[in-house]
Amino acid sequence: MSESAAIEYTKVAEIKGPLIIIDGITKASFDELVEIETSDSTRRLGRVLEVGHGKAVVQVFEGTTGLAISGTKAKFLGKTMAMPVSPELLGRVFDGLGRPNDGLPDPIAEKFLDVNGEPMNPERREYPTSFIQTGVSVIDGMLTLVRGQKLPIFSGSGMPHNILAAQIARQATVVGTKEDFAVVFAAIGVQYSEAQYFKRSLEESGALRRSVLFLNLADDPAIERIITPRVALTVAEYLAFDMGMHVLAILTDMTNYEESLLEISAAREEVPGRKGYPGYLYTDLANNYERAGRIRGKNGSVTQVPILSMPADDITHPIPDLTGYITEGQIVLGRDLFRKGVYPPVNVLMSLSRLMKDGVGEGKTRSDHMEVGNQLYDAYSRAQEVRALAEIVGRSGLTGVDLKYLDAGDMFESHFLKQEKDENRGLEETLSRTWDVLSTLPEGELTKIKEKHVRQYYKETK
Amino acid sequence: MVAKGRIVWVSGPAVRADGMSSAKMYETVEVGESKLIGEVIRLTGDVAFIQVYETTSGLKPGEPVVGTGQPLSVALGPGIIGQIYDGIQRPLSEMAKKSGDFIGRGIATTPIDLKKKYKFIPTVKKGDSITGGSILGTVDETPLLTHSILVPPNHRGGVITNMVGEGDYDLEHVLAETQKDGGYNTELKMYHKWPVRHPRPYTERYDPTVPLVTGQRIIDTYFPIAKGGTGAIPGGFGTGKTVTLHQIAKWADSKVVVYIGCGERGNEMTEVLVEFPHLLDPRSGRPLMERTVLVANTSNMPVAAREASIYTGVTIAEYYRDMGFDTVLVADSTSRWAEALREMSGRLEEMPAEEGYPSYLASRLAEFYERAGRVRSLGLPERSGSVTLIGAVSPSGADFTEPVTTHTIRFIKTFWALDTRLAYSRHYPSINWMLSYSGYLEDVAKWWKEEVSSEWFELRAESYHILQREDTLKEIVRLLGPEALPDEEKLILEVARMLKIGILQQNSFDKVDTYCSPQKQVKLVKLIVRFYKEALKALREGSPLADIRAMPVISSLLKAKFEIPDEEVQRLDGVENGMIEQFKKLQSKEEVKVVV
Repeated sequence: MSESAAIEYTKVAEIKGPLIIIDGITKASFDELVEIETSDSTRRLGRVLEVGHGKAVVQVFEGTTGLAISGTKAKFLGKTMAMPVSPELLGRVFDGLGRPNDGLPDPIAEKFLDVNGEPMNPERREYPTSFIQTGVSVIDGMLTLVRGQKLPIFSGSGMPHNILAAQIARQATVVGTKEDFAVVFAAIGVQYSEAQYFKRSLEESGALRRSVLFLNLADDPAIERIITPRVALTVAEYLAFDMGMHVLAILTDMTNYEESLLEISAAREEVPGRKGYPGYLYTDLANNYERAGRIRGKNGSVTQVPILSMPADDITHPIPDLTGYITEGQIVLGRDLFRKGVYPPVNVLMSLSRLMKDGVGEGKTRSDHMEVGNQLYDAYSRAQEVRALAEIVGRSGLTGVDLKYLDAGDMFESHFLKQEKDENRGLEETLSRTWDVLSTLPEGELTKIKEKHVRQYYKETK
Repeated sequence: MVAKGRIVWVSGPAVRADGMSSAKMYETVEVGESKLIGEVIRLTGDVAFIQVYETTSGLKPGEPVVGTGQPLSVALGPGIIGQIYDGIQRPLSEMAKKSGDFIGRGIATTPIDLKKKYKFIPTVKKGDSITGGSILGTVDETPLLTHSILVPPNHRGGVITNMVGEGDYDLEHVLAETQKDGGYNTELKMYHKWPVRHPRPYTERYDPTVPLVTGQRIIDTYFPIAKGGTGAIPGGFGTGKTVTLHQIAKWADSKVVVYIGCGERGNEMTEVLVEFPHLLDPRSGRPLMERTVLVANTSNMPVAAREASIYTGVTIAEYYRDMGFDTVLVADSTSRWAEALREMSGRLEEMPAEEGYPSYLASRLAEFYERAGRVRSLGLPERSGSVTLIGAVSPSGADFTEPVTTHTIRFIKTFWALDTRLAYSRHYPSINWMLSYSGYLEDVAKWWKEEVSSEWFELRAESYHILQREDTLKEIVRLLGPEALPDEEKLILEVARMLKIGILQQNSFDKVDTYCSPQKQVKLVKLIVRFYKEALKALREGSPLADIRAMPVISSLLKAKFEIPDEEVQRLDGVENGMIEQFKKLQSKEEVKVVV
């Protein structure tokens, strides 16, 4: 929107939850940025959610604690919320609203970008097909990440999602190029220690100077979280499409974001959809998640790895559920594997990378890649069934082939899935390990693999 | 008189404007200084409630609202095929020219290129009488499609007083002038407009009898859909809804395909745009894009336009139906459309029904699916066409008892239930064969019998029976293990496994397996049914089950789907002969044992 002069109002009609309702409005627009000055002259930011009939409903990012009906001034700034961007952002740390919090001065802005972004025209998108090697076998072999993809990690409390995300951020490379990823990291309501772990990990690998960090920690204002992913993705889009960089955007933890959304919805007394969440949750999430991809004729890309914790490990909860409908797959961490001490504890059967088919195969990785990936899913799924059966009938009730599947399942976990937190496996090694596992099964069981690949790669046991 | 009012209230996609007493329900209006497109959805006194099809950021009370006097309409004429539109028929390529890589606001575009010239061949002449829906002549829209120029269906008829000859004309050129007593004189062009919320009329409706051949085995053989029928495909995320819909859009034997990406991923639309021009229609050998129209309103595009996208798409499908073509519309996903309804209903502060959805959700769904059908078109010459409607449903939490799924089921006849557990074990398409059904089975049996194989119905029934038996036996296996079953039942498990891998599972990403001709489908099923019969016989004659399981032919049967392409389908006879040989050997081995 065009900028116009700021107008100040002093008539506060109501304050409830994170909202403040201002009366006597003569000129205000939807989504306009508002600066609120309290009676003790501190300033807070907010934005207009609804305007009309002389009233404006404003959501206050820093919360309404300490605001009073009298003495509070609201200055309508005549613009929507924008993030100043420039190449200087790299290596910097900001708060959840995009203000520097590393003690350094404001970066000199090259331009200001609306944090809400605009939807990318599907006609202008470039379909993502470049394989990203993460050095994590289970991802490279079965859940391939592709440049421009959005692939979330569904986790639960206490599980090592941040360790995995940091490992991906350190190790990710596009095979055949020397280009490094720029990392945009948004901490959304996470604990200090988690954010610190990530920062340190980037520091140690020397990646911090090509990273931009946004930190809204657990004790920071909750409503600010609505903006944190938006400023982070605005910067990611700028780095990708204006500066031509390949950007890996990590957003953790989106569950906190959605809880802030719920808080506002409740304060506005909106009609709830499923489980009390607002009916527009899907659209709202999509407005963040869809800010990933590539553009035709441009160099850069935004690859998104959002992290969210599933409340009570429940994948059907609205947050993971709607996320899964928007993102291009999901990496699900499993409590059982975590308890067994397997790192990364990826429950492959519940996980999926929708773009894998386009990023692997002849000319990109190896011609048998997709087939072995599929066969591994099939084998591990069968192994899980056999395990459940063995619990009941014992090993003696199993057929010979079933027993082979049991072995394959164990080997899958110990030899393929499990690896060190700093172990960077090459693609050839990953694929070789898939064949180690598959070769424990009789050849006839490999029904998803073409004859010629079986002949070429199957490892005869002595 | 055109309504001119002022905005009094803004909240997200919802706007209230006063001074709108002359506005009509569902009239299209221009909202604000930047002329955003909106539609009137409620009138109270002189206040109009408007849903805005674009982002309303920065809109403020006091800005003008101007009516257009027109309901939301689409322009129908040559030039639609191969396009990618947003939810209100704005071509995305035009929008990119005006606002770059990201979608801007207040962009005016023309839905079809009015300047483009087509070679028009008239089929009527001066002095002929015409009625609404009649064909004036034809143009070649794409090498695959001869486009009939239709008189608008609401035309009141008359006599042609002036008619152009064969030649190249653009869309604005007047092709015919008509006259009727009472001074009803009209000029007819190559295109006309039609309001999207009104179904296009037809003369008569027929029963669907011809299957829509999709090349997907579980659909065609087990749960077929008829041309002019309705189907829904519900499934949790990751169960393969979109892939299945893409498969139908690619391979269905339909003249025109309308693909609606309704609140789904941007990359999926791009995938279609990248892939379809390179894929060839198995029947005509031409690129699939030459018969496809895309309507893309991705999840991050404005929510109100998502609500309209379904109607835009179905109106286009009906238009091609009226030319006498079979058309298929796939909508991914109707749940996102329902959510758009819910969001607008919430902003209207209507009393919500279940899970916040409006109480009219069911009637809107019914109205939509009723626009499917095989019909005799209006006007002359006599012709019939069909619209097949297939909608994906994205039930929250993969729970089929949620409102959108339960209401949809009431209005469709083919139900392909996607199963999260099958998807977890990478059984794709993850259509659950126990929960799915088709109401067209009997209707299309005759076609299969006459066109493909007299055995189709029996083979389908026999193989399905094996799958049903397995489903019951699975319970026992879960409790006691497979070794607790007698050999004949173990054989059922084995053959069911073969059916699942060799028939039901189909790899969309494999060059050969992605499309399976009806002939090959029947043959593959026949081979496995025959295997079962032979194996049962061998078992009863004393062959051990272990020997049957070890037969090399099993692996060939399971891989035939991707190792043997359609054009070499006779190679399956070789596999069959090999199978018979192996059973003979098995038998002689038994005899040798007996002699010893």
